Amino acid sequence: MSPAMATDGPALAELLLQRLERAGGGGLGSLEAAAALGLEHQQLVGAVKSLQALGEVIEAEQRSSKRWELTPEGKEIVQEGSHEARVFDSIPAEGLPQSELMKLPSGKVGFSKAMSSKWVRLDKNADGGPRVFRAVESVQDSVREKLQLVQQGEAESLEEKDRNELKKRKLLMEVIIKTYWIRKGSAFSTTVTRQETDLTPEMLASGSWRDLKFKPYNFEALGIMPESGHLHPLLKVRTQFRQIFLEMGFTEMPTNNFIESSFWNFDALFQPQQHPARDQHDTFFLQDPAEATDFPMDYLKRVKKIHSQGGYGSQGYKYDWKLEEARKNLLRTHTTAVSARMLYRLAQQEKFTPAKYFSIDRVFRNETLDATHLAEFHQIEGVVADYGLTLGDLMGTLREFFTKLGISQLRFKPAYNPYTEPSMEVFSYHRGLQKWVEVGNSGIFRPEMLLPMGLPEGVSVIAWGLSLERPTMIKYGINNIRELVGHKVNLQMVYDGPLCRLDA
Amino acid sequence: MRNVTVAQASDMPTVSVKRELLFQALGRRYTDEEVDELCFEFGLELDEITSEKDIISKEQGDGKAEGASDIILYKIDVPANRYDLLCLEGLVRGLQVFKERIKAPRYKRIMPANGGVQRLIITEETAQVRPHVVAAVLRNITFSKDRYDSFIDLQEKLHQNICRKRALVAIGTHDLDTISGPFTYTARPPSEIRFKPLNQSKEYTASEIMDLYRTDSQLKHYLHIIENKPLYPVIYDSNGVVLSMPPIINGDHTKISLNTRNVFVECTATDITKAKIVLDILVTMFSEYCEKQFTVEAAEVTYHNGKTCIYPELAYRREKVKPDLINKKIGISETPSSLAKLLTRMCLKSHVTGNGNNIEIEIPPTRADIIHACDIIEDAAIAYGYNNIQMTIPKTYTIANQFPLNKLTELLRQDLAAAGFTEALTFALCSQEDIADKLGVDISSTKAVHIANPKTAEFQVARTSLLPGLLKTIAANRKMPLPLKLFEISDIVVKDSTKDVGARNQRNLCAIYYNKNPGFEVIHGLLDRVMQLLAVPPSKESGYLIKAAEDSAFFPGRCAEILAKGQSIGKLGVLHPDVITKFELTMPCSALEINIEPFL
Repeated sequence: MSPAMATDGPALAELLLQRLERAGGGGLGSLEAAAALGLEHQQLVGAVKSLQALGEVIEAEQRSSKRWELTPEGKEIVQEGSHEARVFDSIPAEGLPQSELMKLPSGKVGFSKAMSSKWVRLDKNADGGPRVFRAVESVQDSVREKLQLVQQGEAESLEEKDRNELKKRKLLMEVIIKTYWIRKGSAFSTTVTRQETDLTPEMLASGSWRDLKFKPYNFEALGIMPESGHLHPLLKVRTQFRQIFLEMGFTEMPTNNFIESSFWNFDALFQPQQHPARDQHDTFFLQDPAEATDFPMDYLKRVKKIHSQGGYGSQGYKYDWKLEEARKNLLRTHTTAVSARMLYRLAQQEKFTPAKYFSIDRVFRNETLDATHLAEFHQIEGVVADYGLTLGDLMGTLREFFTKLGISQLRFKPAYNPYTEPSMEVFSYHRGLQKWVEVGNSGIFRPEMLLPMGLPEGVSVIAWGLSLERPTMIKYGINNIRELVGHKVNLQMVYDGPLCRLDA
Repeated sequence: MRNVTVAQASDMPTVSVKRELLFQALGRRYTDEEVDELCFEFGLELDEITSEKDIISKEQGDGKAEGASDIILYKIDVPANRYDLLCLEGLVRGLQVFKERIKAPRYKRIMPANGGVQRLIITEETAQVRPHVVAAVLRNITFSKDRYDSFIDLQEKLHQNICRKRALVAIGTHDLDTISGPFTYTARPPSEIRFKPLNQSKEYTASEIMDLYRTDSQLKHYLHIIENKPLYPVIYDSNGVVLSMPPIINGDHTKISLNTRNVFVECTATDITKAKIVLDILVTMFSEYCEKQFTVEAAEVTYHNGKTCIYPELAYRREKVKPDLINKKIGISETPSSLAKLLTRMCLKSHVTGNGNNIEIEIPPTRADIIHACDIIEDAAIAYGYNNIQMTIPKTYTIANQFPLNKLTELLRQDLAAAGFTEALTFALCSQEDIADKLGVDISSTKAVHIANPKTAEFQVARTSLLPGLLKTIAANRKMPLPLKLFEISDIVVKDSTKDVGARNQRNLCAIYYNKNPGFEVIHGLLDRVMQLLAVPPSKESGYLIKAAEDSAFFPGRCAEILAKGQSIGKLGVLHPDVITKFELTMPCSALEINIEPFL
């Protein structure tokens, strides 16, 4: 153990400070300081770091320098002499059989080197086999001498070709070491005071905190996360959408009925019974309970008539409308089924009053699944019913709604929906994708849907919808819907999720 | 294309047109951006710019695409009700009229000069299988390769869309010069029908034809339409030549080619309205290439009861709409004559009548989608330009209300998260196994609703408990540090004969604690907290209490029933090791599930 190792941390730091005091304003290098104090460089670096932690006591600038060091083999040579010298020394005057020489630890390397330096000679015809003799009286072990210079830190005094030769023989190596250039800091002092880690109740009671020095905090480290529960990202977005609708005066519809009859899901919406959406491939039908039993029969008759014969100024679809088809139970394919129930209920009021409705709830589609489509998703829907609403009113309402989502650039494309006319798809300009993307679908409900319900002729109902998942995936940069919805969710993502601020 | 929106978008049909042909027909060139813009304005969507080579290499790999055409194709999405835009001919006509470069053509049905109208007789037997047929003749038509391809392609598009995969309507087109009328549309036992089907080298009976096409990637989808019927529909000419066996296949004898000059078109159907529309669309589109452009030769169909109809109908219907109504519905204030002009640009030839307070609109046979004034109003709005309409905010004044059950749910969610539990969002549909076998109960003892047509076991039933979803969530997150504390407040579905549809939702709250120890006290504590939040005290009389219960999902002796508001609202306890194992979990686990609806 070197004597310096006995010096404890603070004492060592103070030694360094005293040395720095003597060095004056220019400062000193850590390598030189370590050599002068007889310390390993690493120990000195430790002292520098502990002084740095005290604040402005010292300034330490990191530098890197190259240094030549001996390899373990090089160190051995400094101790024992070069292999060739050891070979030379081991040969007595009467010589040594080559076979014996080769058994020596330095035998093989030493022999060839000694031969090429002409220190020894080989008599192949000697009795008892080839024999090695000294060829000179004495030798100068220059390899050892050069390595000794390196050990003393004077590698620079060697010629470059010598250094390279020794490096090639793997006796020397060049290492890069991180050193410090140390100067006095603004709070320089040659003594080190012990620092307190943190305030304690005792310090507060005694008032000793006034005289104590406190260890600085490392503000670059992260804190400890509080233990807490977390809300699901999609449902955080749902909360915001609810908030937006409520801010706009929309009343929430009771959408807690996943099972719906084809009547309310399709027929009431003037969606013909042969429509592809009513196909087994698109919709989940129920086996049990397979059929709905109870309908408002007067209204149902009017629905039947509008489909099969027309009326209310409509040609109708002119096909054989079947009650069996309307009875079929299914998992609702859109929340518009609930809107239809609500509008029917509204129409049953003695006097019509304007209404604004919204809902955000699950809908189901028996479709092919992929990275952005699941068999169930959440539909957001808004509906306004009043006298004299225009297409301009629908667009204006959509503009206000999307502005609250932080979407300002909108454009409308003509579209086709079976139960709205006019219909418009809503596009917004996506800066990231640099293109217009569809953000919703909208329209004015067809008279063939509203008039059979009993709503007054002049009443228009504007409506729009979008999915909850799509804006959420865009918002949180999620590409695979399964990472967001369902049991395969990544809980870490839920833990780490930010607040949902749609307009931020 | 499958956008998740208000409408349940059955896939919009996509029409592929060659870019060069489109520009040629439009009489000028456009940049791709201009085409995109024009489509958008007109209600179409330029979905993709590609080539046959691109398509093949995308679907089958680069190797297969070698030698395929690299002519640029536009794939354009067309609204599902615009059958008049399903081919290049219709698209170009629509756009040219829209841009006021041409006037909409007037389609005319003509009777052959010499009185030799083609006749088609329907026999009684067809009533059982496919009772209707309509027909027409495209006289002196000139095909080219591109026209011919478009003709075939339009039939396919119509088959896939309005014809509902040939179930409602099936189209057959024949070289009239290879056959001689009158034709008979009848139905016969499959063993008695025998002919050489299109592109086959020998004759087969109808039964053999069905077997032949059982593995045909395209035709196999149509076999079911007639397969189990005792009689198959078939059309013969006066010499007994088979024209077609709808809706499966035509005969080879009447096959049309590029050299065909006279085409006999027949559409057999179960829905006569749709058959008429399909025939009108097909003949209006391709009469463009007849010697007498936009004229179609009539055919006469005679029903077995003697009733006779002349097709195609090519009916022009007149509607009157008040300009004021159009303006009010859209939110614009255009003059009647300007509105009439807008409509005329949409192929709805219109003029102002009376003293300017009415517009008379003529609906051409190509626009079967116009069934109400609102459809006319939409066209006026499209021609005006949706994006030119002034946006306004309705004056509708309403007071908003939350749905009480959702309001309670929102409040509880916040506080459950505050209590250290993390919210899960699991599927409402699952397998029978999830809600029955894995929880140690028989499916028949659950009140689950069953789905008739699930594509996979994942969608067999609607969940009757939130627990399986939470357990699966934990199974998918086993690598996460313990403990895992999850909750969900959402709907389950149970059969209920008092409801119109025979089922109802129920809002449940479920929570789960997963750790190296069962943590019953944690879940019990959560119940106490939930009750505290609901202001229900622990009390036998007017509050809540738990009492020992048995449940196959829970470890015996470690399960209790929760009673509140005078009823059982759920259970809590340590899960049964069998349940834990069946959900592929390895740690003890306790759970709680209650119905929150009694607390409204």
